[in-house]
Amino acid sequence: MNDRTKSALLQPKFNESGIEVKPLYTAADVEASGGMEMVGEPGQYPFTRGIHREMYRKQPWTMRQYAGFGNPADTNQRFKYLIANGQTGLNVAFDLPTQIGLDSDDPLAEGEIGRVGMSIDTLRDFEIAFDGIDLKKITVSLTINGAAAILIAMYLAMAEKRGYDIKDLRGTAQNDILKEFIGRGTWIFPVEPSIRLVGDTIEYCATHAPKYSPVSVCGYHIRESGATPAQEMAYAFCIAKAYADDAIRRGLPVDEFAGRLSYNFNIFGNIFEQVCKFRAGRGLWAKIMKEQYGAEKPGSMWMRMIAGGGGGGLTFEQPELNIVRGAYYALISALSGTQTMALCSYDEAYTIPTEYSARISLRTMQLLIEEMGLTETVDPLAGSFYVETMTNEMRHKMEEIMAEVDAQGGIVKMVSEGSIQAKVSAQAYQMQRKIDSGEFPKVGVNCYRNEQEEDHPVEFHDYNEEDARVQIQGLQRIRAERDNAKVSEALTRLRGDAAAGRNVMPALVEAVKAYASVGEMTKELVNVFGRYREPIRF
Amino acid sequence: MTASQRRIKVLLGKPGLDGHDQGAKVVARAMMDAGFEVIYTGLRQTPEQIARIALEEDVDVISLSSMAGSHLPFCRKLKPLLEANGLNDKLWVIGGNLPAQDHDALRELGFKGIFPSGSKLDAICDYIRKETP
Repeated sequence: MNDRTKSALLQPKFNESGIEVKPLYTAADVEASGGMEMVGEPGQYPFTRGIHREMYRKQPWTMRQYAGFGNPADTNQRFKYLIANGQTGLNVAFDLPTQIGLDSDDPLAEGEIGRVGMSIDTLRDFEIAFDGIDLKKITVSLTINGAAAILIAMYLAMAEKRGYDIKDLRGTAQNDILKEFIGRGTWIFPVEPSIRLVGDTIEYCATHAPKYSPVSVCGYHIRESGATPAQEMAYAFCIAKAYADDAIRRGLPVDEFAGRLSYNFNIFGNIFEQVCKFRAGRGLWAKIMKEQYGAEKPGSMWMRMIAGGGGGGLTFEQPELNIVRGAYYALISALSGTQTMALCSYDEAYTIPTEYSARISLRTMQLLIEEMGLTETVDPLAGSFYVETMTNEMRHKMEEIMAEVDAQGGIVKMVSEGSIQAKVSAQAYQMQRKIDSGEFPKVGVNCYRNEQEEDHPVEFHDYNEEDARVQIQGLQRIRAERDNAKVSEALTRLRGDAAAGRNVMPALVEAVKAYASVGEMTKELVNVFGRYREPIRF
Repeated sequence: MTASQRRIKVLLGKPGLDGHDQGAKVVARAMMDAGFEVIYTGLRQTPEQIARIALEEDVDVISLSSMAGSHLPFCRKLKPLLEANGLNDKLWVIGGNLPAQDHDALRELGFKGIFPSGSKLDAICDYIRKETP
């Protein structure tokens, strides 16, 4: 053993969440960290071991790669390709104009149409995008936030038009606006009306589409913005509580909506820290729902999640190593009892995934299901002294962070002031410094670099000007053909309902059905709510 | 007074609709630690807004952080606006997700400093210190 390894052995090690990791764990550590009290059985409160007793025996996790680009016809083809290759759910990427409520003929949309996701202007586009896809067999997750209420209305209207009973329709919308203010940035309206819109969707779905999950609270992007794994989960719980509080203020009983809240979490870094994060989080969320909200239905206490490999762990350098990283992330996700999995593809640091790279991600998950025995036994790491101790310690850490947020006035206040943003961005800076200096090892980046990096290690997804032209023409054709009196009547109702504090979902559904565009509906809401002004704080 | 005698003033802009600002904020902090005065614009700036802020704030360096692939169309619109405002003599820098095949086009548009993802923070700051007119 050389001196360097010797001294490394003696140095205390901490995981990213700031918890010391010991070289050896015994039963005494489990006891000292709180014992086995929160472990329980899978499928039973507090669900630390998983929300279902049989877990993947009954059904493996849903495979839901993020996809979408160009116009709806291009995306429909990609969807069909992924389904033909064994994907079991869809995870829809929208372009930036759609995400922030602009029509494709808006001057600000120029050069951005269909670039990072598919472009949606009206219901007609959704009809094309999901044409030929059985929405009962394939559940659809819409990665949309600022414009979520509009796109949910559009999805429900499309499904209804196709003949589905929306009372039975499953699916998810991301619709977590609070995290958009922290990271990702596709906000439109100020904080308060944005939360109200989330509440409108929860309230509307509870009555009209009770199997639809209107919100997927995202620790994922908060982690990408610089949060630690413990903060990722703690902040997500604070945000979910803010939405739950809004629903309760409207008079909704907790058991009528809590079961449809879901989560989206990130995976990169220390394997055990991640697995324990998820086990700890499940126990903590169940406890919060039961003790603080008086939930009685088990489903209301479930931390249901999509947990996938995060872009934050992938590197620009030696991109093929990202395939290996992705496989470890998928393994972590399976060991953590996820309901749904998505992996960032190996070329994600460069471009939106090609068919080839998307297929590799899908095959990575299929390998785990078919060859590695991951679906046979629930929560296979339970009972390990290390895992149970770290699960307890991660839970204590999350509780500590949530108490800090409460002490500072709550998550809504902190997001409005920009203090959470400043905190995670300071941490991102410190981490980048550690990567630059080599203190935090990244293979291919600050150690084991190739002498000569290849110039074009990945194939690029090209921007297609023609797609943008077709999209704009399609929108203009709809504007010419639709019943414009009906559209303006629906938009007037939308403005009125927004101004009067009524739930805007019925008016949105009516407007969508009249083929009002995303931009037109957003404008009405901006007229009432105003626009968000970003607090710049360092 | 030249830049070497006073604090270097940098505009750091987030062009277009992209919301990925983790990198921009990290670079802003690095620039502040390097002793520069940093004007960070926040998200969703148009070319007109970038040019106006650069002029009003009388910055020495105009830098952009672009992550979602629209750097070329954006810079093509920005260049004539910067020129029309007499900002040709400032140092133009761009960082982010910038594929190697676009670097020549960016250089031709006047962006002398190009820092694709993976660039070190000190490399960016050292370059600005050295190249600022």
